[in-house]
Amino acid sequence: MSYNFKEMMNRPERLAPGHRMCAGCGGTIAVRNVLRGLHEGDRAVIGNATGCLEVSTFTYPYTSWEDSYIHNAFENAGATLSGVEGAYKALRRKGKLNETYKFITFGGDGGTYDIGFQSLSGAMERNHDMVYVCYDNGAYMNTGIQRSSATPMYADTTTTPVGSESHGKPQNRKDLAAIIAAHDVPYVAQTTFVQNFKDLHIKSEKAIYTPGAAFLNIMAPCPRGWRYNTPDIMEICKLGVETCYWPLFEVVEGRWILNYEPKKKLPVEDFLRPQGRFKHLFNPGNEYLIDEFQKEVDRRWEELLFRCSR
Amino acid sequence: MAKRDRLSGNEAVAIALRQINPDVFPAFPITPSTEIPQYFASFAANGQVDTEFIPVESEHSSMSAAIGASAAGARSLTATSSCGLAYMWEELYIAASNRLPLALALVNRALSGPININCDHSDSMGARDAGWIQIYAENNQEAYDNMVQAFRISEHKDVRLPIMICQDGFITSHAVENMELLEDEDVRKFVGEYEPENYLLNPECPMAAGPYSVTDYYMEAKRNQAEGMRHAEKAVLDVAAEFKALSGREYGLFESYRMEDADRAVVMIGSAAGTAKDAIDRLRERGEKAGLIKIRLFRPFPAEAIAEALKNVKAIAVMDRAEGYTNHGGPLGADVMAALFRAKSPAHAINIVYGLGGRDVRVGDIENVFEDLNQIIKDGDAGETYRYMGIRE
Amino acid sequence: MATDISKLGLKASWRDLTEGMVIAGAGTSREFNTGEWSTSKPLFIEDKCKQCLLCVPVCPDSSIPVADMKRGEFDYEHCKGCGICVKACPFGAITMEGVE
Repeated sequence: MSYNFKEMMNRPERLAPGHRMCAGCGGTIAVRNVLRGLHEGDRAVIGNATGCLEVSTFTYPYTSWEDSYIHNAFENAGATLSGVEGAYKALRRKGKLNETYKFITFGGDGGTYDIGFQSLSGAMERNHDMVYVCYDNGAYMNTGIQRSSATPMYADTTTTPVGSESHGKPQNRKDLAAIIAAHDVPYVAQTTFVQNFKDLHIKSEKAIYTPGAAFLNIMAPCPRGWRYNTPDIMEICKLGVETCYWPLFEVVEGRWILNYEPKKKLPVEDFLRPQGRFKHLFNPGNEYLIDEFQKEVDRRWEELLFRCSR
Repeated sequence: MAKRDRLSGNEAVAIALRQINPDVFPAFPITPSTEIPQYFASFAANGQVDTEFIPVESEHSSMSAAIGASAAGARSLTATSSCGLAYMWEELYIAASNRLPLALALVNRALSGPININCDHSDSMGARDAGWIQIYAENNQEAYDNMVQAFRISEHKDVRLPIMICQDGFITSHAVENMELLEDEDVRKFVGEYEPENYLLNPECPMAAGPYSVTDYYMEAKRNQAEGMRHAEKAVLDVAAEFKALSGREYGLFESYRMEDADRAVVMIGSAAGTAKDAIDRLRERGEKAGLIKIRLFRPFPAEAIAEALKNVKAIAVMDRAEGYTNHGGPLGADVMAALFRAKSPAHAINIVYGLGGRDVRVGDIENVFEDLNQIIKDGDAGETYRYMGIRE
Repeated sequence: MATDISKLGLKASWRDLTEGMVIAGAGTSREFNTGEWSTSKPLFIEDKCKQCLLCVPVCPDSSIPVADMKRGEFDYEHCKGCGICVKACPFGAITMEGVE
């Protein structure tokens, strides 16, 4: 797929301003750029799990969405859009609707990895013609930075606080993209904000226009929860990719494809250092924790390379 | 032309749904309602309906998908029982507050625990404050007829609320009875097309549903929602009148059985009313003035009409097929007693919990209730107002 | 027909709220001013701008309008002054107090 950056930026905005997401939020950056993957003139219904994005983009009577939009609850964005897509099929079959619609739903990692996991799994397995987009900021940010199964190891969150007996979250994060890929859906991809958003754009467009179920996992930093300098979001994302903490890949019809391999893989501490949630890892005597973190990043990266080599 | 058939309550409801030909039916199996989606799936598999049947992975998802479909502009419904309904609990409130006129074919079953698959009303009673219209059936014919009327009530422009069509697990859902079915074409015409004003798949105008609402709006939103419920009673009666013209069968908010001169009455919901009618017939043969109020519409609760129907009665037993854990009785008891109080009724009233988890209700049991009411009248005192029937002491 | 949200202010009676709290229409949040959230704002120096548009996708608040392939002045009614665009600009055409 070709990507003319300026033409894409010229497309009409599908997320209106006036929403109440925090200044510098990665979530709405993800949404805006995913929605640019829709072709001009195509209609869409957007779903949304409860979370920051929902309470901030549809605060009665102010909707930021230029397309039809439905929020139902926290744990059921997958099922809700399954119903919308079912309605579309039925109304088309009955000749009550002639227009073409696309179906895209957004959830944070809490609504996707955790409480909405069953609903997501069901929707993917049934292969509804929809895209589930997880904007993954690695914690329950809406309720105040509680750990989720997407939270990286050692992150300081309000339910895995650093203390005299705690180094933050003890467990590693769940590899949700691989889990969804194991559902054998036609398209899965992982991306984030890099350079001119070509990677994210192309994956969004593929996800939207691939018939059947598609899943996008987008690392979307949260300046409040991650405690980095807000203007540095693009740098944070770049470091996520260059350290191989957040690799860019696709799984197309079961085939794993690595989209970017850093020329020189940076040490993960470069990604961790600018973030306040990992500050404690840089205290004297905690070097071994960074080593542990690095080992896990390396292990997962090697696993990914292996998957992509087949 | 109506046709006679011998059907279980589940099959009858499934046939009503085939005749309605809804747009979307997401479902998850749970005893004793499983047969409804099962029958329906075969209708879909054989091209007898245009419906998108979605076999989802849980009841939470079946109701969530039904909500999505309804908001999208489709006539949608699901079916469930017991724990399935409990699992949907959050979604029931969302369906109602979104004013989505979807339907739920509920086959009443006891809630866990201990796990039990038989009939009581604890599932739907738990959902009584969710903002759904609730209609109950005594037998298979009523379950079918109520299902045919459901969407006309829920989609009524003054109402626009979800509707629960309830029948008793196994007792009606699985027992086969003689009944009368309407012609497919008559049902189709009676139910008509679903034409919402605003919906997600409206090409003319997009729509946003499910907002966050700050305190400044929340209470107004709830009052606005309550207005729909205030119109439900009339819609139920209007639709029943049209249904009578079509079928010859008469429905109201509740059924009064031999109440003309009754001095004692039981008030109850569901299949046990059939047993109560037999008991009343026997008592009447002995010259006893016994009567029955069988609730059809439980939400909204037709309090004034019920109090009016009970105004000449001296003693009343309100029968609850669910515990309320109030230490005073069950939910129907609370509603009926509040109605009597508001109407300044001088009657004595007791509340009896019965039939939990499928416990049998026999004609003799109900005769005993009337005997107890007799004693209350003689004593001029209700005594213990919170009682159990059919329990081993 | 699109909902007229001017009738849905905080003084609206319960009768006036939309059925099911739906809003027919789209993008009504444009009416809500988030520009007052912060005092520091990015400054667009048009002379330095090469119209590369790299600032456009990084804005969380859709506050850099594009028309005819060119960006215009910031939408200060909605810009929350996060400063991300300042860092995204390779030409120093955006400045903001406190950002690099």
